[in-house]
Amino acid sequence: MTDTTAARTIDRSHMQVSDEVAIEISNMNKWYGSFHVLRDIDLTVYQGERIVICGPSGSGKSTLIRCINRLEEHQSGRIVVDGTELSSDLKNIDKIRSEVGMCFQHFNLFPHLTILENCTLAPIWVRKTPKREAEEIAMHFLKKVKIPEQANKYPGQLSGGQQQRVAIARSLCMKPRIMLFDEPTSALDPEMIKEVLDTMIELAEEGMTMLCVTHEMGFARQVANRVIFMDQGQIVEQNEPEAFFMAPKSDRTKLFLSQILGH
Amino acid sequence: MSDTHAQTVSFVRETMLPEAEPPVGNRGAILWMRENLFSGWFNILMTLVSLYVIWWALAHTMPWVFNGIWNAGSLTECREIRNATLGEGASAACWAVLGDRWQQLMFGFYPRELYWRPVLAFVIFLVAIAPVLFAGMPRRALWITALSPFVMFWLLWGGTAWFPVSIALGFVLGWAALRALAPIAGPLVAVIVAAALPIIYWFYTAGPLARELEQVVALRIEYVPSQDFGGFMLSFIIGIAGIILSLPLGILLALGRQSDLFIINKISVGFIEVIRGVPLIVWLFTASLLLNYFLPPGTNFDLMLRVIIMVTLFAAAYIAEVVRGGLAALPKGQYEAADALGLDYWKAMRLIILPQALKISIPGIVNTFIGLFKDTTLVVFIGLFDPIGLSNAIRASVEWNGIYWELFVFIGLLFFICCFSMSRYSLYLEKKLQRGHN
Repeated sequence: MTDTTAARTIDRSHMQVSDEVAIEISNMNKWYGSFHVLRDIDLTVYQGERIVICGPSGSGKSTLIRCINRLEEHQSGRIVVDGTELSSDLKNIDKIRSEVGMCFQHFNLFPHLTILENCTLAPIWVRKTPKREAEEIAMHFLKKVKIPEQANKYPGQLSGGQQQRVAIARSLCMKPRIMLFDEPTSALDPEMIKEVLDTMIELAEEGMTMLCVTHEMGFARQVANRVIFMDQGQIVEQNEPEAFFMAPKSDRTKLFLSQILGH
Repeated sequence: MSDTHAQTVSFVRETMLPEAEPPVGNRGAILWMRENLFSGWFNILMTLVSLYVIWWALAHTMPWVFNGIWNAGSLTECREIRNATLGEGASAACWAVLGDRWQQLMFGFYPRELYWRPVLAFVIFLVAIAPVLFAGMPRRALWITALSPFVMFWLLWGGTAWFPVSIALGFVLGWAALRALAPIAGPLVAVIVAAALPIIYWFYTAGPLARELEQVVALRIEYVPSQDFGGFMLSFIIGIAGIILSLPLGILLALGRQSDLFIINKISVGFIEVIRGVPLIVWLFTASLLLNYFLPPGTNFDLMLRVIIMVTLFAAAYIAEVVRGGLAALPKGQYEAADALGLDYWKAMRLIILPQALKISIPGIVNTFIGLFKDTTLVVFIGLFDPIGLSNAIRASVEWNGIYWELFVFIGLLFFICCFSMSRYSLYLEKKLQRGHN
């Protein structure tokens, strides 16, 4: 894996982890039919943390973060997001979803709406923000991800990297307290990975709580305060990035790192 | 390996080549004909054979069409004129029947002095449908669209104007109930009440209310019973009402069939499969003969209304399956993105899923509409006088006994114009909704 973020120096002045709990997952289990995808997950995320989750495919890392905003339902254990427990209560689910932003591997922009409409849709219809104000907010975040000039185009007219940045802006327009990234750079051409990672780094610099499923180890090293390694539906190892990469403890982690960093 | 080859291995282009025109004979009409008509000995042969077939077909029909006789009072008179001018046994259509009977083909037995009413209703329909079909019309024009069904109903059937007004009041009632109850009782209760309240109102209060209001302020025009409706007017009323009503119902059924709620899912599946699995003609007979057994005694449900309901239900089942195809074609990511932003089910459907699913389904939906419109001719079997039924009636008269082709060509042509416009509109819509390359 190439180290695409090497050139950047990170401004850490706002990257502070508070002792306020953002997400608390305890004893959580999930099955697909009879297949046990997530086993006894315990994870506490504090406000301001930048967590990178990695692991081989099928290890349950995507499923884990998709449980946090209930795109997947867990069958036992507790997930508490920002003080609200996830249950089948639709009100709680909608509340949590509007507090938690998410970026997907395939961007999932709405192709029938312009970039601006993509960004204003949820603020207008979920937060009941007046249209004019929602557009101002959207333009603010589009400037931030450096594509305000594309506002009136349709997603199909943008490159993959631009689409992913729009997807980030779309999530930010809801002013989320937590951002989830599900392999945000895996579907991108190599030359576009950097622009998306730069956007994510900026977000981290502003103190956003982030959970990223990614194989961008350069990003993990620079930005994360914690790296979690998952295998077979379990958290196998977690540590600060320096220690995680330099001195992995479990054999599974060593094998994984040698495969992913080996070329 | 030679030295020259070694030199060419390393190569740098210093000037980019400008774009050039293709050579003459490789562009324009000559190229097109060479590629499409004369690209090989077999294709040359096929081109010549096809040209001959087209010429043969036209040579046999065109004299009949263009020698047609337009001024005659009966088929016998037509034949006499033909024999006198073109000679015995010449091929000539007798278009005079259209001039003589066009009112019947268009309006059935609707009173002649009231023809302006269906014509005006049709004009209102065209005005009302415009803001729905074409973007760029002012949004406020949709109010005309919402009100137009009641005005058209009144113009077509006549009677007291208070009746459509009190029917419209039912919708207002339902909407008010929805608005008032949604914040206090939750969306589910609100929807149920908003659906039930107007139905109860229509059954028990709407009729008497209209009569009372009529007593106070008399607002009536001459009443025309459904039996007098006929011709293309009948086809249009059934077809248009069926098209407009079946689309929302079909969409709801498609959503029902996708639903995780067990009962709603099974009801939708059952409804779709039963309606779709039985021929339309059976449903029409059910509407005309059997339905009265199930209704409370004494209720006289208008036959045309029953037919419209049956045609609507039938088309809705097909629309539901077409829309379901569109829903299934959307990537799962669209549902997930809508969920992740915190949109609830109905908002996600309305703003994200349906606009895309319906766009994919346009060809199938229009296909169903065209089918529905042509199927309105089936009502001839339950005794309604659609254009086919009227052609039989016209042929039964002394003057026009024995005339077939002219009537059918005319009916066919009118149906073709309508269906072809729908098809063109669907192409226009697809092109208009094109967004980038996905």
